[in-house]
Amino acid sequence: MSGTCETIMASNQTLFSYVLRLADDHLILSQRLGEWCGEAPTLEEDLALANIALDLIGQARALYAYAGQVEGKGRNEDQLAFMRYERDYQNLLITEQPNGDFAHTIVRQFFISAYMDPFWRRMESSKDEMLAAIAAKASKEVTYHLRHTSEWVIRLGDGTRESHERMVEALDDLMMFTGELFEMDAVAQEMLQSGVGVDASDLKAEWQHTVQTILQEATLELPKAGHMQTGGRTGRHSEHLGHILSELQYMQRSFPGLTW
Amino acid sequence: MTRIPDKHAQHASQQSLQQAAWAAAAAVPDPEIPVVTIADLGILRSIALDEEGCIVAQVTPTYSGCPATNLIQQMVLEALHEAGFENVRVESVLSPAWTTDWISSEGRKKLRQFGIAPPTETSNSKRALFGETLVTCPHCGSGETERVSEFGSTPCKALYRCLACREPFDYFKCH
Repeated sequence: MSGTCETIMASNQTLFSYVLRLADDHLILSQRLGEWCGEAPTLEEDLALANIALDLIGQARALYAYAGQVEGKGRNEDQLAFMRYERDYQNLLITEQPNGDFAHTIVRQFFISAYMDPFWRRMESSKDEMLAAIAAKASKEVTYHLRHTSEWVIRLGDGTRESHERMVEALDDLMMFTGELFEMDAVAQEMLQSGVGVDASDLKAEWQHTVQTILQEATLELPKAGHMQTGGRTGRHSEHLGHILSELQYMQRSFPGLTW
Repeated sequence: MTRIPDKHAQHASQQSLQQAAWAAAAAVPDPEIPVVTIADLGILRSIALDEEGCIVAQVTPTYSGCPATNLIQQMVLEALHEAGFENVRVESVLSPAWTTDWISSEGRKKLRQFGIAPPTETSNSKRALFGETLVTCPHCGSGETERVSEFGSTPCKALYRCLACREPFDYFKCH
C-alpha cells in the first residue's frame, strides 16, 4: 500500500489505534451475533444473523490485517484479534451487550447499522486508500443489515402486544449505549483533521433521522437520551467483554499460533 | 553469450505468456456456484508479469466475509501451477470494489440456467430502505416473485419464491 505511506509516517500510532478500534467493534459484534447460530427463531433468520456476522468478520479481518501493517511490529490479524487482553480492546460498549431476547439483538443491530451506514459511506472518501477501499465494500454490506433490521423493528414494534412491549424494553435498555457512537476523542480528532477519519459527532442527526423514521412506522418511540455509558474506547468495558473473550480466545490461548 | 531478444519479440512473448496464464486462471470455477467461472463473476481482475518474471494474478473478494475468498486464491495458484507456471503470486485487491456489474453477460446467462436469478441490471436504490427490486423467476420467467429472506445460503444470495410457478429460487444480490 504505497499510497498510504505518508499517512503512516505522519501518525502511525494514532492510525493504528483508529483502525484497531474499528476492527474491535466488528469482531465483538460479530462474535455476539454468532451466538445465535442454530438458535434463531426461524431458519431464515438463523441464516440472516450468521450472514451479517460473516460480513462483520470479513470487515474485521481486513481492518486487523491493515492495523498490523500500520503497526509494523509483525503482528498479524490473528494475533491482534485473539492475543490481547480485555483492557486492550477498544470496541464500543454496545457491541458487547448480551443478545438478550430477539428484540434486544435486533435493536442493537439496528442502532449500530443506522450508524455504520453513514459512517462507511463517508469513509469512502478517506485520504487513506486502504480505509477507503474497505469502506467501499462495507458500505454496501451494511445497507443490507440496516434494511433487514429495519424490517424487523417494524414487524415487532407494530406486531403483537408482547412483541411491542419487548421492543420498548430493548430500546430502553440499549439507549444508554448510543451516546458513545458519536464521541470524538483525541484519536478520532487527529484522524479527522488529517483527512483519514470520519466526524462521528456529525453523524448524529442522520442517525436520529433514520432511527426515528423507522420507529415511527413501528409505532415505537426513541427513548429520551438520559445518562450515557462510555469507556469502550479507553478499554473500560462492561463485565460482558471478559466472558466473550474467554470463549473467543480459547483456541489461541490453548494452542498459541494455531492456524487452519 | 546469450542473445538478447529484441524489444518487439520480448513484448510479444510476454503477451502470449499473459494470455496463457489468463486462460488458465479464468477457467477456475467459483467454489460455491461451480457453473460460473471466476472470470464470469469478475473476481479475476488481471494477470500481469512483474519485473522478475513472476505471474501476478489479482483477485477481488465479492463480499468482505466471503469464506470462498481464500479457497479461490488457492485454486488460482494451483491452476497456474498446473498450466506450467512456476513463479506465481496471487494478490487480493479491494479497490475498485467488486459490484454485481462485474458479472459478464455470459455469467448472467449461466446463473439463470442454473436456477439462480442474476442481479438486476441497474443497482437497486441503496437509500430507499424499502425499495423493492423486480426479480424475475429463473424457472418460468414470471415477474410475480417475492422475497423470502434477505440472506440465503451464501453471503451473495437472497432467498426468493415465484408466485406463478411456486418454485423457490436463489437471487444473486445486487450490490
